[in-house]
Amino acid sequence: MSIMEKSRPFPATLPTHKLKSPIIKKESKWRNTLIGIVLPLVILLIWQTLSGLKIISPILFPSPVSIAKEFYDMFLTGELLTHLNISVQRAALGFLLGGSLGLLIGLIVGLKKRAEHIMDPSLQMLRTVPHLAITPLFILWFGFGEVSKVLLIALGAFFPLYVNTFLGVRSVDGKLFDVAKVLEFNRFHQITKLIIPSALPNILLGLRLSLGVAWLGLVVAELMGSSEGIGYMIQDARQFSRTSAVFVGIIIFAVVGKLVDSVVRLLEERLLRWRDSYQG
Amino acid sequence: MGEFVLTIHQLNKTFFTDENRTQALSGINLQVKDNEIITIIGPSGCGKSTLLKIVAGLDLDYDGIVLVGGSQVESPGRDKGFIFQEHRLFPWLTVEKNIAADLDLKDPEVRAKVDRVIELVKLKGFEKSYPKQLSGGMSQRVAIARALIRNPKILLLDEPFGALDAFTRSHLQESLLDIWKENQTTMLLVTHDIDEAIFLANRIVVMDARPGKIKGIIPVELHHPRNRAGVAFMEMRKEVLKVLEYAEETSNSWEI
Repeated sequence: MSIMEKSRPFPATLPTHKLKSPIIKKESKWRNTLIGIVLPLVILLIWQTLSGLKIISPILFPSPVSIAKEFYDMFLTGELLTHLNISVQRAALGFLLGGSLGLLIGLIVGLKKRAEHIMDPSLQMLRTVPHLAITPLFILWFGFGEVSKVLLIALGAFFPLYVNTFLGVRSVDGKLFDVAKVLEFNRFHQITKLIIPSALPNILLGLRLSLGVAWLGLVVAELMGSSEGIGYMIQDARQFSRTSAVFVGIIIFAVVGKLVDSVVRLLEERLLRWRDSYQG
Repeated sequence: MGEFVLTIHQLNKTFFTDENRTQALSGINLQVKDNEIITIIGPSGCGKSTLLKIVAGLDLDYDGIVLVGGSQVESPGRDKGFIFQEHRLFPWLTVEKNIAADLDLKDPEVRAKVDRVIELVKLKGFEKSYPKQLSGGMSQRVAIARALIRNPKILLLDEPFGALDAFTRSHLQESLLDIWKENQTTMLLVTHDIDEAIFLANRIVVMDARPGKIKGIIPVELHHPRNRAGVAFMEMRKEVLKVLEYAEETSNSWEI
């Protein structure tokens, strides 16, 4: 370090965080993905063999191949996409409603001690009430329609973002507030240039958790009674003992959930590049 | 009074803790001229950092007169640039964005100013680096640039190089003098390092603890660049030590 300090002027080319060449990095990224695929692949192979040998019941455990065929058929008839479309819409609407409210109230409660005293105790109490316990009430209030479903999802999505945003705002380094004072940040800049960037790791974590809960809430909402959606599709398939269709529904939930999570993680990677933490 | 960048007159500061009251600063008088570097040195607990915080407006609970640029200090602000012991950069911003902070980098005027201070603190080529990629000395230079771009009337430095290793420290002291020569910045620097105090100062303020007060103000008339191993520097060192030791003796007698 001291040698670098001494030798000036500094060279135009500088050491950046990209120590490894991009090609090597890409290769190892592919390798990491491949490693992740090995375990599910092995399980699928064993499953296929077992059901091919009729060791496990094909009615309870249809073989992966027959599930894939069911998937393909449902895709062709358009059944799958219709249900997926409506489910995604419900989850997105509920998440946007609950998540943005959670973010907003989390910010307000984090910024204002008074708001914390007024709202946080009630919110913490509500937070501990399980989804399923509130479902009957929502059905009584709003019926079986879209409103009760979206609100149920919103309710679930609210809390992770609320709790984590609140936590993020409260863990801003107090020493940086002194800097903001010396630089004469106005209140707006204090929030946009100091508090939100500093709370961003927590906010993004809240976002991920909220999306997860929204997806979970969707299943509860659709299983409680509906005529469309992936949840309904599963329920319907169960009644007709179409086990492979039940599996298709479950797989859809898993894949879409994982996709959404990956998008947020990508966002995290881009927005939190500045972080200097242990990378494993 | 008008010609002084900083005027401190009869400054008293008392800390109250439950039933105890500690006189942190007592009867401080100091006037700093334009383009002067004043270093403040003294034993720990002499209130030198407290004094700096008061001048910065970070501590407003005191009695007395503190004028920066002719007006009483009522709040922290850009006219009183402050360098903390740690760099306190925003970790999520690159070097250039840290320097601009709340100013808009897309504004060509701001852009030009940022480029100028980056050149001044010799960080060209590191504009897009994040703080985690910088060494301690480089980070501290970014902090200095962040203060300088706001054209402070006075730059206040609270043991700015205290956390750095000896080589980096002496190099940064030289950098600070370069900045001073080029930018004509008035500085008030708190340190516990006698060599640093002599190397940088036009005048050294020696403080005494319990209560914190000024024991003596020693003018340093050595020419720049100052040779730390030179005879004149050594003489200066003895003089400062004499005043300091006297200061420590009396502070000891306070404890007994």
